[in-house]
Amino acid sequence: MIDATILLDGLAYGMVLFIISVGLTVTMGLMRVVNLAHGAFAMIGGYVAAMLVGAGVSFFAAAGLATLLVGMIGAVAELAVYRPLYRKGELAQALMTFGLTFVVIASLTSGFGTGIKTLPLPAALGGVVDIGFRTYPAYRLFLVAVGLGLALLLWLLIDRSAYGARLRAAVDNPRMARAVGIDVNLLFTVTFAGGCALAAFGGVIGAALLPLEPFYALRYLVLFLVVVGVGGIGNFKGSFLAAILLGVIDTGGKYLMPQAAAYLFYGAVLALLLLRPNGLMPAKSAT
Amino acid sequence: MTQPALAVHGLSKRFGSLVVAQAIELDLARGARTGLIGPNGAGKTTLVNLLTGTLRADAGTIMLDGRPIDALTPEARVRRGIVRTHQINTLLDETTVCDNVAIAVAERDGIAWRLLRFARRWRACIDEARSRLAELGIAHAVERRVSELPYGEQRLLEIAIALALRPRVLLLDEPAAGVPSLEAHAIHAALDRLPGDISVLMIEHDMDLVFRFAREIVVLAQGRVLARGSPAEIAADRQVRAVYLGRSAS
Amino acid sequence: MTALSESGLRRLWHGLPWALALLVYFTGGGYLGLGTHALVMILFALSLDLALGQAGIITMGHAAFFGIGAYAAGIFASHLSADPLLGLAAATLAASLFGLLSGAFILHTAGVTLMMLTLAVSALLAEFANQAHGLTGGDDGLQLGRMAPLLGLFGFDLWGKTAYLYALAVLFLWSLAAWRIMRSPFGRSLDGIRQNPRRMRAIGTPVWRRLVVAYGLSAAMAGSAGALEAQTTRSVGLGALSVLTSGTVLVMLVLGGTRRSYGAFLGATVYVVVQDFAAEIDPFRWMFVIGLLLMAVVLIFENGLTGLGDAARRALAGLPRRSGRP
Ligand SMILES: Nc1ncnc2c1ncn2[C@@H]1O[C@H](COP(=O)(O)OP(=O)(O)OP(=O)(O)O)[C@@H](O)[C@H]1O
Ligand SMILES: [Mg+2]
Repeated sequence: MIDATILLDGLAYGMVLFIISVGLTVTMGLMRVVNLAHGAFAMIGGYVAAMLVGAGVSFFAAAGLATLLVGMIGAVAELAVYRPLYRKGELAQALMTFGLTFVVIASLTSGFGTGIKTLPLPAALGGVVDIGFRTYPAYRLFLVAVGLGLALLLWLLIDRSAYGARLRAAVDNPRMARAVGIDVNLLFTVTFAGGCALAAFGGVIGAALLPLEPFYALRYLVLFLVVVGVGGIGNFKGSFLAAILLGVIDTGGKYLMPQAAAYLFYGAVLALLLLRPNGLMPAKSAT
Repeated sequence: MTQPALAVHGLSKRFGSLVVAQAIELDLARGARTGLIGPNGAGKTTLVNLLTGTLRADAGTIMLDGRPIDALTPEARVRRGIVRTHQINTLLDETTVCDNVAIAVAERDGIAWRLLRFARRWRACIDEARSRLAELGIAHAVERRVSELPYGEQRLLEIAIALALRPRVLLLDEPAAGVPSLEAHAIHAALDRLPGDISVLMIEHDMDLVFRFAREIVVLAQGRVLARGSPAEIAADRQVRAVYLGRSAS
Repeated sequence: MTALSESGLRRLWHGLPWALALLVYFTGGGYLGLGTHALVMILFALSLDLALGQAGIITMGHAAFFGIGAYAAGIFASHLSADPLLGLAAATLAASLFGLLSGAFILHTAGVTLMMLTLAVSALLAEFANQAHGLTGGDDGLQLGRMAPLLGLFGFDLWGKTAYLYALAVLFLWSLAAWRIMRSPFGRSLDGIRQNPRRMRAIGTPVWRRLVVAYGLSAAMAGSAGALEAQTTRSVGLGALSVLTSGTVLVMLVLGGTRRSYGAFLGATVYVVVQDFAAEIDPFRWMFVIGLLLMAVVLIFENGLTGLGDAARRALAGLPRRSGRP
């Protein structure tokens, strides 16, 4: 059953893409800041978790701690680096966050060395599970479950909660939002921190698929940007769909025509972006 | 009667379920001075966007001098002489006032593709720009950046650029909007001195200005032409009073 | 100072970078290789200044053209002819054709979408170069054989003297061209498109076509830079096409200042020198320095180092702030 393997593997890979990219959908799509440092936050998460696991902390605790820590770093970054950027153009935002990425890469490599960081999986995720018609690696099932859970949680949070309504109001019309008593600055800081935490979380649990190495923050950034762009900047469901679609295309390409896999992937991305410049699911405000 | 410069038949456009233009019929004779009025959101700017090709119509035809232009791109329509000004200033803010006009002149004369041997032609563009700006009374500001210009003079620059393109049909979208009355007389003067052979459609909320400027008035409401006629007829029209004049008075 | 007229002063100012470049030739010694690299990167940054600085095409994939130029020169040298000028011409042509073609597809979009398309195009190309082992050598890259003498007269020597002058001459010619393009009516319309495409459409500018041509020109310059890099180092690698290279050239340009006569010159030179010094200590340390510089540029001196220089000159001379280009 090669097809089921491709689909499942593609789904698992797509979920990793989703978990990391959805944070970018928050910062770039909702808060409208070109955030090229997103991969750097994922990378910090991965490196911190690798260090913790190396020091004997359990995988899940390390994932939690790294997520929390990067969330806090994200809050600081929002205050110090991003806030002055909101009013500037796309280019200034791109450059600033690119610079931040350089600084993060240099800091991490000077602290942790330039080799590939391994993040061993816990025993609970190391085995295989019987899923009826066959067995399948528990780790990948775990990724799928986490991705689905997170998607549901985010949907509730953004579309259904008072927080989501406030955030959208603050983004659409900050002045009006302030007038009705929303603390816009706090809301942005918290939201940005959340986006960074998501990146870190994805960086940790996806480390087996996207290995942690010095240029992680740049190498996979293209991938995250592409997911957000293809999905429709600022649209969660779009990111979800795009991540899974691209995950399956990439995985399928690698299985079926390993020579041409990358062409297939980037070719599909180009085609999608050209045919639907506003993404699969354009955000409502972008007509 | 001679052929109208611009003729619009059955022009329609909707945004989703919102109808912004419904089977609009409109003629502009050569040298026309037509006012287009209507409440906020009536679809006036949308009509200009449809005429310039910035928006594609869902149905209907637009004829310039008897020939349909529906298939033409916005830039091709400009070259045929359909020129607009913007309700909200749309200028090159970092560029000097003079260059804003000169760039338009260069585009009009097809010099804008020139990479080499351009010095003499460009100087001619600059000279024309200066004289046009002088005619509109902003000679003192030619070397200033647009962003440093008072709002009223920026509105005037919108008109200067449009005139530099030698329009046949000029679409003015609220040329005096937001200009304090002290500065408005320069704009009124510019409007009074528009070349006689240009057909002008002017959108405006300032009724004094419209009634002074226009020889014909078209009233638009919810994407429909509600009434048309001479200023006197429109002023007397009860339906117009109810829908438009009455509301703006309240 | 009053003895010099203003235009004379300006002429002196314009001659300064070139005089310095010649000075490096005579005194550079062991650093001529580094100097050549700097000249190449200046040309690359200048090409980006045309696309991004002047026309406002926000690209994160300019390495695509640099890489095409480099590979085209490499392939040309290995299979067709060792003549450097023919190789340079072929590479320039190849890059500009690819620029026109890809530009025609992607320049309908703008902003973040365009940024992502440029990224995707260059990533696709890098992947192609990686896979097409027969043509590009894949991971191993290409080694170029010995180049034939320049114009049949000047052999490429071991000390890189010919290479340096060759790069300097090509840079000089392209600089003249770029300087002229940016001041031409065409260049001014690009500047207008960058500021306000809607205004330009309203005066009848065929925005897309003009951007495609600008992109093609910029690609040609970048291709020349790539070809020079390949010919003077006699090697081409996948790095030429990488996202890091695209980012690097962006940093260089912005560091120096966009749309300024010598912004690309200053930015690329500072970058290359800092990288060389810092990389000797630690290959990653320079990224830290460059990253901080970049952030400082955005936050503190928006017009880059040349802008900083202008501000300093104004402050010294007590002159009022001048608008427009120098
Ligand atoms: N691109 C668009 N997408 C969706 N709706 C639009 C778009 N442009 C305009 N509208 C809507 O179409 C209607 C007509 O707008 P338009 O700008 O033409 O009005 P107007 O008559 O010029 O009003 P005003 O006097 O305020 O300038 C408005 O309700 C507006 O919100
Ligand atoms: Mg309007």
